[in-house]
Amino acid sequence: MPPIVRLLGKRLATSLIVLIGVSMLIFAIARVIPGDPARIALGPNATADQVTALRARLHLDQPIVVQYGYFLADLSRGDLGISLYTNRPVTTDIAEFLPATLELVFVSGVMMVAIGVPLGILSARYRDSSIDNLIRLLTLLGVSAPAFVWAVILMLLFAYFTPLFPIAGRISDTFTIDKTTGFLFIDTLLAGNIKAFGNAAWHIVLPAFALALSGIGQAARLTRANMVETYERPYIEMAQSYGFPERRIANKYAFRPSMIPSLTIIGLDFAAMLGNAFLVEAVFAWPGLSRYGVAVILRKDLNAIIGTVLIISAMFLIVNVVVDLLIAFINPRIRYSQRPA
Amino acid sequence: MRRTLAILLRNPLSLLGLLLIALVVLSAIFADFITPFPEHVGAVVDFANFNRPPEWPYIMGTDLVGRDLFTRIVFAYRISLILGVVVLAIAVPIGVAIGLAAGYFGGWTEYLLMRLTDVFLSIPPLVLAMSMMGVLEPTLTNGMIAVTAMWWPWYTRLVYNLTRSEKEEGYVLAAEVIGASSGHVMFREILPNCVPSILTKMTLDLGFVILIASSLSFLGLGVQPPTPDLGSMVADGAKYLPDSWWLTVFPGLAILVAVFGFNLVGDALREILGAGE
Repeated sequence: MPPIVRLLGKRLATSLIVLIGVSMLIFAIARVIPGDPARIALGPNATADQVTALRARLHLDQPIVVQYGYFLADLSRGDLGISLYTNRPVTTDIAEFLPATLELVFVSGVMMVAIGVPLGILSARYRDSSIDNLIRLLTLLGVSAPAFVWAVILMLLFAYFTPLFPIAGRISDTFTIDKTTGFLFIDTLLAGNIKAFGNAAWHIVLPAFALALSGIGQAARLTRANMVETYERPYIEMAQSYGFPERRIANKYAFRPSMIPSLTIIGLDFAAMLGNAFLVEAVFAWPGLSRYGVAVILRKDLNAIIGTVLIISAMFLIVNVVVDLLIAFINPRIRYSQRPA
Repeated sequence: MRRTLAILLRNPLSLLGLLLIALVVLSAIFADFITPFPEHVGAVVDFANFNRPPEWPYIMGTDLVGRDLFTRIVFAYRISLILGVVVLAIAVPIGVAIGLAAGYFGGWTEYLLMRLTDVFLSIPPLVLAMSMMGVLEPTLTNGMIAVTAMWWPWYTRLVYNLTRSEKEEGYVLAAEVIGASSGHVMFREILPNCVPSILTKMTLDLGFVILIASSLSFLGLGVQPPTPDLGSMVADGAKYLPDSWWLTVFPGLAILVAVFGFNLVGDALREILGAGE
């Protein structure tokens, strides 16, 4: 078996164990709710019989271990139950709202790496210069405010005072795009509508940047810190004494080994974005998982809360497995040490 | 300790950080004396002066029921700081103890404790706190519980990694050879060597706890009105953009100033104490 497949298998197995743990944790949290979810769902005018009937239907009258058993059995069939808030299957709700959130998080993730990492390289290459100090100050500012504060500030500056970008939404109302995947970037291309694609891209810039800012700061700071450490290694000194161009040293010899520790944290930041997307979506009226998530939490809609958290955690674990594989590709030590004995 | 402080004071950035922290902490402590309208903390209305742009005596304007925004921001600092300190005071000992045990004992203890930590770490922090707040009633105490629950695993990971490398050091072996108990080795021998890293992370985290707590209340899952809170002030004001910009901009900047201050100092500490993540 190729080493990379073994690594993948091992990581997927660990992720599955962690995901089961997550389901237990979130199940436990959701079941200690004070107040009766059945009563909340039916409203104050429901009779005691109706509440008892709904409790029985939701298995709320059984011990928690039995409830968890029912939950796992349903889950294995891809069934997360019915949302008491929308009266639809939780999976249907999530399938409707998740693509918008994922699209936003994906674009932010790209921004985080495409802007943050080069800034970090620049900072490390000219360390302790004024460029370095400026970048460090700006990136520290970036991580110092929650995404919703950046969202509000960016919106004021670039949507209201200088109307460069739209104020809210994913796409202008003038476009009607058939929903195939739910990802506007894909759907507009499938429809062959380049104008709509451009419009969607124009809409995503501000929210994605607001969401990315702290990640950009984090990525730049990490890249810088790890590269400065690498710069102290003897082989860099050797490359310098050979007269290799500084640029090549920075981008090739100092950068690549420095990325290994950074990547793990960047993966964690990506996860944080899945949560922080809630904050940005609220400001820009982005039709993602946020409004649904907050609504179901406020209504104590158990199935929907469990489903939402589980899906987000699964996304996060997938990102982490991908990051681990990337690290294995970059790091020759891991690449070769996984060889079967 | 004195040397660390001297270095902090010499560097312009960490000096700025110290000044910002001092500003935030002192204004929170003396909020009753420095704010022009201390009574505006509660459910007060003054419709004659509602929604005023920044002008004397309302240096940051007034909110939609006529309360002085500056007063409410300063009092919100007080609550944020209390929350931050309480959360860390509970989360750090829990996280550190679990990290020490997992790193020192190894084997099954390590496997179980670290997988448990992984479970907590694989729910995005904000989502975990949100779902806990959804379950609990949104009060200050419950906010603290929710944020604490998401915070300890980060200390577990930090101390776990430190313990694993410290365990190999000669002094640990020496203590074990003369028959020291594992409790003694963990808490008296290994822990003191982790303290610089823990303190650095705590400084940075005090800012981040404020940030997360404000995010929770921004979503309506934190401290409830009329208690002043920076996050819910931004949320309330966002509906009145761009005309009443002061309703969101000042509370937003207030969060930025506080978190930035803790970050500047935490960052400098990390460099001085050589304590990495």
